Amino acid sequence: MVFALLLLGIIVVLVFIVIGMYNALIQLRNQVKNAWSQIDVQLKRRHDLIPNLVETAKGYMMHERQTLENITAARSRAMQAESVGDKAKAEGELSGVMSKFFLVVENYPDLKANQNFLALQEELTSTENKIAFSRQAYNDQVLFYNNKIQMFPSNIIAGMFSFQQSEFFQVEDKAERDVPKVSFS
Amino acid sequence: MWELIKQNQRKSFVLFILMGGCLILLGYLIGSAYAPPDGGIAGVVVALAIWMVLSLISYFGGDSIMLGVSGAKEITRDMHPQLYNVVEEMKIAGSLPTMPKIYIIDSPAPNAFATGRKPETAAIAVTAGLLARVNRDELQGVVAHEMSHILNRDVLYMTFAGVMLGAIAILSQVFLRGMWYSGHSSSRYRSRSSSGRGQGQAIIMIVALVFAILAPIMARLLYFAISRKREYLADASAARLTRYPEGLASALEKISDSKDDLPSANAITAPLYIVNPLKNKGMKLSDLTSTHPPISLRIKILRGMASGAGYNNYQKAFSRVTGQHSTIIPSSGLKDTETVPLRAAGTTEAAPPTAKDQNRQVGDLIRAVNQFRFLTCTCGLKIKVPPDFTQAAFPCPGCGASLAVPAVGAATFAAALHSLTGTPNQKRTSSQR
Repeated sequence: MVFALLLLGIIVVLVFIVIGMYNALIQLRNQVKNAWSQIDVQLKRRHDLIPNLVETAKGYMMHERQTLENITAARSRAMQAESVGDKAKAEGELSGVMSKFFLVVENYPDLKANQNFLALQEELTSTENKIAFSRQAYNDQVLFYNNKIQMFPSNIIAGMFSFQQSEFFQVEDKAERDVPKVSFS
Repeated sequence: MWELIKQNQRKSFVLFILMGGCLILLGYLIGSAYAPPDGGIAGVVVALAIWMVLSLISYFGGDSIMLGVSGAKEITRDMHPQLYNVVEEMKIAGSLPTMPKIYIIDSPAPNAFATGRKPETAAIAVTAGLLARVNRDELQGVVAHEMSHILNRDVLYMTFAGVMLGAIAILSQVFLRGMWYSGHSSSRYRSRSSSGRGQGQAIIMIVALVFAILAPIMARLLYFAISRKREYLADASAARLTRYPEGLASALEKISDSKDDLPSANAITAPLYIVNPLKNKGMKLSDLTSTHPPISLRIKILRGMASGAGYNNYQKAFSRVTGQHSTIIPSSGLKDTETVPLRAAGTTEAAPPTAKDQNRQVGDLIRAVNQFRFLTCTCGLKIKVPPDFTQAAFPCPGCGASLAVPAVGAATFAAALHSLTGTPNQKRTSSQR
C-alpha cells in the first residue's frame, strides 16, 4: 500500500517535471519564431521606405537614372523572392545597390541638404541596423533553444516530442555581411 | 541567454544578504538597548517593517518617483527620430517584449539612466547634455548600457538594495538622535536603575551606539560594491548587444570630459546612471566610495576587446587591464562559446552636425517637450513662442505680417519636427533669430 502510494507520488512529480520542460521548450520555440518574424518586419520596412527615397532623389539626380532604376528593380526582386535562400540573396543585392546609391549621393550636395532626404536617410540607416540586430537576436534565441534541446535532461523531452533544432541565420558571403552598414559620407 | 545571466548573480546576492544582516543586527541591538530582556526581537521586527514599507513604496512608485525627481519629460518619436530609432534598435537586439518609454532631462550634464522594475515597464532617460555631445554610434552605446541594466534586472535589484541602505540610515539616525536628545534624563535614570541590572545593559548600549554609527557606512560600502559590479556587467552586455565596444568607450570619454553635476541625483539613485552623476563629490576617496568604476578603466577595458564582443572577450580584457582575476561576468555568460564578431564602425551621418547645430537641435527639443510653439513666417523667420504667451496673434518681428499662434498642445509636435530636422539651408535663415 505504502509502496503503491510512493510510486504514485513519484509518477505525479515526474509528470509535472515533464510538463514544465515541455512548456519551456514550446516557449523557446515560439521565441525563435518571433525573432524570425522580426527580421521580416524590418525587411518589409526597408521595402516600404525605398519608393519614397527614389521619389525624393529623382528630382536631384537627373544623371543617375540607371542607379535609381537598379534600386527599384532590386527591390521588386527582393519582394518577389519566395524561398529563404532566394530571399537572402535578393536582400543582399538590394543592400549592395543601396550602399552604391549612398556613395553617389555624395556628389549631390543639394540632395544631401534636403530635409525629406535627411529624415529618410535616418530611417534607412536605422532600418539597416534593425535588420542586423534582429538577425543577431534571432541567432541568440536559436543558440539558447538548441542548447536546451541538446542538454540533459530536457534533451529527453525534446526527443520524445521530436523538437527540431533551428538553423542559425548565416549570411553567405562576407561582402554582404559588411554591406548593411550604409555609409553616408 | 539573458535569463541565464539573471539567474546567476550569486556574488551580488551574497553582498545583498550581508546588507540584510546589517539591518537585522542593527534592529536587534537597538531593540535590546532600549528594552533589555527581549526587546531585540521587537527591534528586528521594526527594522524589517520599515524595510518592507519602503520596498513596497519603491516597488510600486519607484519609477515615477525617479522620473519625477529628475524632471524627466517623455518624448515621442516625432521629436527626436534618431533617439527613438536607437532605442528601438537596442530593444530588438535585446529581444525586449515592449518598446521602453523614452524621457529627456533638461540638464547640461551628459548622463542617462534606466528605470522600470521589469522589462515591460522599462523607461530610458537621457539628458540634453548627452544628446548634444554624442554621435549616433556613441548614443547607441549609451542606450545599450541602459538597456543592459533593464535586461539584467539591475533596476529592481539596485532598488531593493538601495531601499535597504535607506532603512539602515533611517534606523540609525532615529536611534542616534534619540540618544542625543534624551541624553541627560536617560543617563540619570539609567544610573539609578542600572545598579540592579548590572553592567550588561551599559555594554549593550555602547555596542548599539557604535554599530548605529558604523552600520550605515558599512551598508553604503556594500551597496557601492554591488553597484560597481553591475556597471561592469552592463558595459559587457552593451558591447555584446551592439557588437561595437568602441561606441560606448568613446561616449564615456566624451562624458568624462564634462564637469557638470546632475543635482537631481543622489547616492541611492546614482547606480542607475551610466556614469556617476555626483562625480565632483563622490570620487575623493577613490574606489571604495564610488558607485561606478573609474571611467578611464571602463574605457580601457572596452578598448581592450580586440578580438570579439562576447562576454569572454570582456572578461579577458578586464583581467588584462586591471591585473585582477576576479570574475566580473556570471559563469553562465562565460559558457557562451560561440564567437561574437565585432562589427565595423557604424554609419557616419551625411554632413555630421556641428556642435552648434546639435546644441540648437537639443534646445529645440527641450522647448518642444515644454510645449513651446514653433512658427515659420512667410519671410523665412522662425519664431519660438513660449507656452505662457496667450495672445492669439502677433506681428512678425522681421516683416510685420500678422502671425496666428496655435493653441498650446495643438499640432506643435509636427512643427517641432520640422525645426529639429532643419536643413543647412534653413539654418542660414534661422540664424537670424
